[in-house]
Amino acid sequence: MPAVSKGDGMRGLAVFISDIRNCKSKEAEVKRINKELANIRSKFKGDKALDGYSKKKYVCKLLFIFLLGHDIDFGHMEAVNLLSSNKYTEKQIGYLFISVLVNSNSDLIRLINNAIKNDLASRNPTFMNLALHCIANVGSREMAEAFATEIPRILVAGDTMDSVKQSAALCLLRLNRTSPDLLAMGEWTSRVVHLLNDQHLGVVTAATSLIITLAQKNPDELKTSVPLAVGRLSRIVTPSSSDLLDYTYYFVSAPWLSVKLLRLLQCYPPPEDGAVRSRLTECLEAILNKAQEPPKSKKVQHSNAKYAVLFEAISLIIHHDSEPNLLVRACNQLGQFLQHRETNLRYLALESMCTLATSEFSHEAVKTHIETVINALKTERDVSVRQRAVDLLYAMCDRSNAKQIVAEMLGYLETADYSIREEIVLKVAILAEKYAVDYTWYVDTILNLIRIAGDYVSEEVWYRVIQIVINRDDVQGYAAKTVFEALQAPACHENLVKVGGYILGEFGNLIAGDPRSSPLVQFSLLHSKFHLCSVPSRALLLSTYIKFINLFPEIKGTIQEVLRSDSQLRNSDVELQQRAVEYLRLSCVASTDILATVLEEMPPFPERESSILAKLKKRKGPGVLPDTEDSRKDKSAGLNGAVETVNVRAVAQVDLRSLCATCQYCHSLNDSRNFFSHLTSPLQSADLLGVGSTPPSSGSLLVDIFSENHSPSPTPASGAPAAPIFDENFPRFVCKNNGVLFENQLLQIGLKSEFRQNLGRMYVFYGNKTSTQFLSFSSSVPVDSTVDGGAQLQQTLNIECMSDFVEAPIFNIQFRYGGTLQTIAIKLPITLNKFFQPTEMMAQDFFQRWKQLSAPQQEVQKIFKAKNAMDAEITKAKLIGFGVSLLDQVDPNPSNFVAAGIIHTKTVQVGCLLRLEPNSQAQMYRLTLRTSRDSVSQRLCDLLSDQF
Amino acid sequence: MQFMLLFSRQGKLRLQKWYVPLSDKEKKKITRELVQTVLARKPKMCSFLEWRDLKIVYKRYASLYFCCAIEDQDNELITLEIIHRYVELLDKYFGSVCELDIIFNFEKAYFILDEFLLGGEAQETSKKNVLKAIEQADLLQEVRHNYFL
Repeated sequence: MPAVSKGDGMRGLAVFISDIRNCKSKEAEVKRINKELANIRSKFKGDKALDGYSKKKYVCKLLFIFLLGHDIDFGHMEAVNLLSSNKYTEKQIGYLFISVLVNSNSDLIRLINNAIKNDLASRNPTFMNLALHCIANVGSREMAEAFATEIPRILVAGDTMDSVKQSAALCLLRLNRTSPDLLAMGEWTSRVVHLLNDQHLGVVTAATSLIITLAQKNPDELKTSVPLAVGRLSRIVTPSSSDLLDYTYYFVSAPWLSVKLLRLLQCYPPPEDGAVRSRLTECLEAILNKAQEPPKSKKVQHSNAKYAVLFEAISLIIHHDSEPNLLVRACNQLGQFLQHRETNLRYLALESMCTLATSEFSHEAVKTHIETVINALKTERDVSVRQRAVDLLYAMCDRSNAKQIVAEMLGYLETADYSIREEIVLKVAILAEKYAVDYTWYVDTILNLIRIAGDYVSEEVWYRVIQIVINRDDVQGYAAKTVFEALQAPACHENLVKVGGYILGEFGNLIAGDPRSSPLVQFSLLHSKFHLCSVPSRALLLSTYIKFINLFPEIKGTIQEVLRSDSQLRNSDVELQQRAVEYLRLSCVASTDILATVLEEMPPFPERESSILAKLKKRKGPGVLPDTEDSRKDKSAGLNGAVETVNVRAVAQVDLRSLCATCQYCHSLNDSRNFFSHLTSPLQSADLLGVGSTPPSSGSLLVDIFSENHSPSPTPASGAPAAPIFDENFPRFVCKNNGVLFENQLLQIGLKSEFRQNLGRMYVFYGNKTSTQFLSFSSSVPVDSTVDGGAQLQQTLNIECMSDFVEAPIFNIQFRYGGTLQTIAIKLPITLNKFFQPTEMMAQDFFQRWKQLSAPQQEVQKIFKAKNAMDAEITKAKLIGFGVSLLDQVDPNPSNFVAAGIIHTKTVQVGCLLRLEPNSQAQMYRLTLRTSRDSVSQRLCDLLSDQF
Repeated sequence: MQFMLLFSRQGKLRLQKWYVPLSDKEKKKITRELVQTVLARKPKMCSFLEWRDLKIVYKRYASLYFCCAIEDQDNELITLEIIHRYVELLDKYFGSVCELDIIFNFEKAYFILDEFLLGGEAQETSKKNVLKAIEQADLLQEVRHNYFL
């Protein structure tokens, strides 16, 4: 046992501690402690009154036992008794016990507060300090209530000792943190500000800490602290400043105070007063200069203290974000640290540069260090430093370096520590989406992610790639081809099977023309993975199979065979069994038409904030990751609005479809069930033609029907403003018939339509997205007048094309939601090409007819730039969607497309031939149309040229 | 600063100071987790790490680890020097401090810390002033002690 050198040793305590240390086992220790506890308890309960020393000794023993990790449920009263002892050492132990073992017992708190009150009033600075330390350590609400007015008084009183002022300032700081509501600002606040000018640097340091917490709460009331803080800082850091004696730490003047002052200034914008501002700039420059001077000591304490001030100065420079010169100097300084031999400095430099990257003044300067940062990623031995490097790469990424950064991060991912893999995966996924110039790169990147770190690819990531592929026609063919190739790897990750299953189920047809990826090959490939997958993935694959039955009728038999096998129909998992049974039945009873409707391609997802970004934000907490978008919006107008515009509402929205990808199939199946019920119940339909009172004799029938005068809807409430016509989604429907036509916060309007010759039928689905009923619901065609919250209303429109037309009909919808009248006007996607009948013909016939339509007004030609990636498969799909029949082996150049069809109207039929010549080098198309009517040629050309 | 922990290489907690209100259960959980994390780190690694939403700053002196949890806005390097200054204070007071001094005189270690840091912020950064305050207190107790003997 070492001799206790200082103070009055408590021999009994030392013996007890030795005993505990000599215990050979945990059990022995517990036994010894229990023995001691029993002893202390009996002493406390004993008849004989204990003297102060014994009380102190036993309380101290209890404290020791507690600090060893054992529970203490008595002794509080004895400790409180010690507080009122007039022996300093007993009082001190009493306070320590209270500070460590706070008890919310209110009786006790009252006694404690009483003792504190006495000590505060004692005018004995050591006692006052003990009391203040106790308040600062406990910081309970009851104490704040009792002393919130007393302590400010002590702090600003003229005769208070410096050391008491220091304790009082930090005591207030603690109370302000725990019970800010109880601490009223007042006249004392301005006097606290003036403590910044105090002679005693210890007082200034403590006061600055207090002022920071007050300024965070009430910046305006403490604004006067700014010039004082700048003045104080200037007296410390500028070369002329005097020696600060004991406040100089390893040759650095008052580093703690400097850091605090710089921190305080970060509560405010740059000073408005020019003189103050230039004085501050001088200080910051002086600090930056000092970093370049040779060190005054080799000790790490010297450099740490010096650079602590430097980093705080850089934080302030970044906070002000107004002096390009300082920002660039800061960046250069951090650049030097990136290669410093001290790991700590490299770490901090990477961290600090992350925030610097968000400033428009220094973003470019930060980017120049990309090679160093990439190198750090590869060579740093400490994972926490590599983590910082990943963060910085993420922060400095923009369009110019996205490909390089994503490639490096992917490379690093192969060897990255398990602890940070998931975060890197999220970051790569976000950067790939945000800076995708072409979406084939995006698809490649995500598939690479799954290949390299499949286990760390969270659901959000693979949901997102599917959302994007569904929403972007131009990438679907490529995505199908790429997943198909990726699936051929002998061992591929289950996430890849999910993505592959989903994408092929939707877009497998786009690659089915190639015999190497024929329907049967696709199916066999997917099915070869089936047995290695978990139940949710198998469920997804079953849905892919039923989608295949629709896409590829030729392999229906093979798939039915699989569904019919015992391992499916009698699967022990109820979900799988149900899917197998239902899908098999569906494929047997439903006609091709019904199958086609039920298993229609998924409609586009509403654009929203990327679910991945939301996840990353959730992981890091707001503000930790620099949101580079906010500060550099101008620089990164990305391709995908979903990431660029952060839609706060969308984050909160629970979107079922993104929650469970397999549910998307449930969702489409639910649709199908609804669909069947609609078929069996009387269709609620309104024949457009029957609504108009007199059949118009000429002109465009549809336009007439929908024009204001003939509006069959109940007259809108007078004074209701005319809604702007919504036609944003209109172009999407030119080449397809189903999807979401309109969506806002309240209402979603979906469409399914079918056309034959000059007739069409359109099913309009109104989905009430709210939980409240829409009242007085009306559209241009009569319909039920209410839509329940969350419910869907269906309306059927029958359409007939009387003659060729240009303008699409406008459809008006009105309803009352929460007392306000909502008016929506939508352009219905009824376009001339909907009345196409595809026509097959041989090359010879084609050219013969082509020549017949050689009058100048019969031909319309347009040369235009490609808006989307040029992909032959997609182009084919679009032309077929447009309604024409693709003619192979007509054009001598196989990369050109030739097609034919006939437009049916009630009165005439118009034959149409077209040729589309892509020039992938120039990223241009030339489209030529010949029909017997010039108006038709022109309209078709306008419609189609908009699609590529 | 939210809290400071001192623990040995064997993972024994020697001192704990909490500047935020937490339940005993939570304190034990945090301690266990951090001791494990810090002890697992290799010598040449960086002294800072992210932990939950806090930053951990730690440094090893002989057999003892000093470990502080600071908030996002706080300065890591200056915290490292807070640790160093505290070690200097202990060293000066005990005369070449060792782990045993802190075990047997744990209450002194707490008193010195309270003079130096209060409410998680530096109260007095001058070594001379802190030691003066502690010595005065010791003097006070020795005088009183003798007086009562």
